[in-house]
Amino acid sequence: MAEQRIKVIIAKPGLDGHDRGAKVVARALVEAGMEVVYLGLQQTPESIVRAAVEEDADVVGISILSGAHMTHFRRIKELMDGQGLGDRLLTGGGIIPTKDQAKLKEIGVEKVFGPGDDLQEIIDYIRHWRAAQAR
Amino acid sequence: MTKKNSEAWKKKYEESGLRDADFSSISGRLLEPLYTWEDLAGSDPETRLGWPGDYPYTRGVHPSMYRGKLWTMRQFAGMGTPDQTNERYRFLLDKGQTGLSVAFDNPTLYGLDSDHPLAAGEVGKTGVAVDTLADMERLFAGIPLDRVSTSMTINAPAAWIFAMFLANAENHGIPFARLQGTLQNDILKEYIAQKEWIFPPEPHLRLITDLMVFCRDHVPQWNTISISGYHIREAGSTAAQELAFTLADGFCYVEHALKAGMDIDEFAPRLSFFFNSHLDFFEEIAKLRAARRIWARHMKKRYKAKSPRSWLCRFHVQTAGCSLTAQQPEINVVRTALEALAGVLGGCQSLHTNSMDEALALPSEKAVEIALRTQQINAFESGVATVIDPLGGSYYVERLTRDLEEEAERYFKRIDALGGVVRAIEQGFFQREITRAAYEYQMGLSRRKKILVGVNEFVNTGRRLEIPVLEIDESIERDQIRRLAEIKERRDNQAVRGRLEALRKAAAGSENLIPPLLEAARVHAALGEISEALVKVFGEYREQPFY
Repeated sequence: MAEQRIKVIIAKPGLDGHDRGAKVVARALVEAGMEVVYLGLQQTPESIVRAAVEEDADVVGISILSGAHMTHFRRIKELMDGQGLGDRLLTGGGIIPTKDQAKLKEIGVEKVFGPGDDLQEIIDYIRHWRAAQAR
Repeated sequence: MTKKNSEAWKKKYEESGLRDADFSSISGRLLEPLYTWEDLAGSDPETRLGWPGDYPYTRGVHPSMYRGKLWTMRQFAGMGTPDQTNERYRFLLDKGQTGLSVAFDNPTLYGLDSDHPLAAGEVGKTGVAVDTLADMERLFAGIPLDRVSTSMTINAPAAWIFAMFLANAENHGIPFARLQGTLQNDILKEYIAQKEWIFPPEPHLRLITDLMVFCRDHVPQWNTISISGYHIREAGSTAAQELAFTLADGFCYVEHALKAGMDIDEFAPRLSFFFNSHLDFFEEIAKLRAARRIWARHMKKRYKAKSPRSWLCRFHVQTAGCSLTAQQPEINVVRTALEALAGVLGGCQSLHTNSMDEALALPSEKAVEIALRTQQINAFESGVATVIDPLGGSYYVERLTRDLEEEAERYFKRIDALGGVVRAIEQGFFQREITRAAYEYQMGLSRRKKILVGVNEFVNTGRRLEIPVLEIDESIERDQIRRLAEIKERRDNQAVRGRLEALRKAAAGSENLIPPLLEAARVHAALGEISEALVKVFGEYREQPFY
């Protein structure tokens, strides 16, 4: 039986124009066999979660290098839970201090990635999450 | 030395066995194992290199280069409230910094006020928040603006941030003619790489031309635009793309100003540039030398500038933020030192060195001090500032300079074929070229074709060294919003409405927009209010997302 394709939303919330990482990750996930919907820049938590509902996405990946990660992740998590997407994976990457990574964990964002993290690590993380879900 | 000798060496080289490594540059350029006099065959050094301070300026823009004046040590800084940033500026000036460089926060860069819904969570995070003239006053409190040159990294709303800057100088009795500094004001690279725009390209280009005209007449020592490759490189371009796209943007600004009826020698001397200095040492030096030569040639031959000052590609250099790693952050000091050295050997006029902690957060005071000290070691201890263009004549560097120049020329032809820079932006040409280069670079790391110390080799497992990082308190956003509300209550709101309406009318016509912007700034019209007035006329720009 063929593995069902993992569907990933990638988005840049807020006013952060640094889209290099988001685009590179989007492309790497596609090459790893996943389906990616890239929403682009200047998204709001609302627009991201709306897209996640419409696309019935498995994974929501957020890229933030602007320092607004706590505000955006918190709001996106709330909205996802409210929209019945509590069982989906919320993750992301950017310039996120270690201390904030711990705070993100508390609100249910288990892992985020940073500069220098390997693309394969991101792919593996999503695949392992999916495998654990299937069990 | 004969051809025979070179073949004999080549044979020995091939037989001698090579390391299992990738011998291309960081931009994917295939490199020869050795460069020789043969690489410079047919190239006359007198015309190709010339003399420092003489056309085509390959060896530098000044006859005496760093013997006459060292580069300006200018650390980009801004965070939190204007008061906090002011404190950092005083700290840097106290440590021997010689110029200021303002980093604005994201809402400001997009021309939004701190109380805008899209600004939530971003106020003061990656730069300082400036909403009104009152913030500008606090930002520069106690700093002699007629003696310290100020660079402002602002693009989409550059004209109205500058209007606030001018209004502040006015309030302190400083004549515009004595103000020195640079406005980045480079919107083309925003569409290409940095993605902080408000309107479609044409109205932004009009504002830029208006500013050039205004500064020609009233602020003659001001660099009206800093044509930037830095962000193009950070977005993932190669060295050649950075060089070519930046200079192509420069030509586009020149053409717009000429179309507006300005004389080339009136505005070209105030154009300046801003390049990245990445890790590939010699390629970066060659890129910077090539930039001077290409710009000089085009300005002289193509645009017929007569004043030698119009031919000069003067530039600021910043070390590559994207080369910094979150893993083993202290070793970023070494990366930055190498990159800074390349900037100096490339003949920069000013330099920013990144701090070791910038892959984690905004730099702490300690990290900034080390970064500044890195420049000072280059300037005062290493000896590299003693002799002009010390790598001039190196077979390798001269060959690379020429190769990069030719690559850039090939890109210019492609851009022309697409209908020029603005059309190429609309077709996503630059964006695609950069995205592809970024992906190839990342895959190179992922496949370990390229080595990054501490990232995909020499990794410290299980131990993550922590360094203290700067935290921006959440209360800053609330304070900034509160202060903006207070200003809006205290100011003459009728005057604000009147001047915003006058601005809107001016925008709908064709007059120079800087005077009405200055009028609005004087009465404390807020940044976002001014943006809104202009959006009514100019509309907004949207990019089609792709990867």
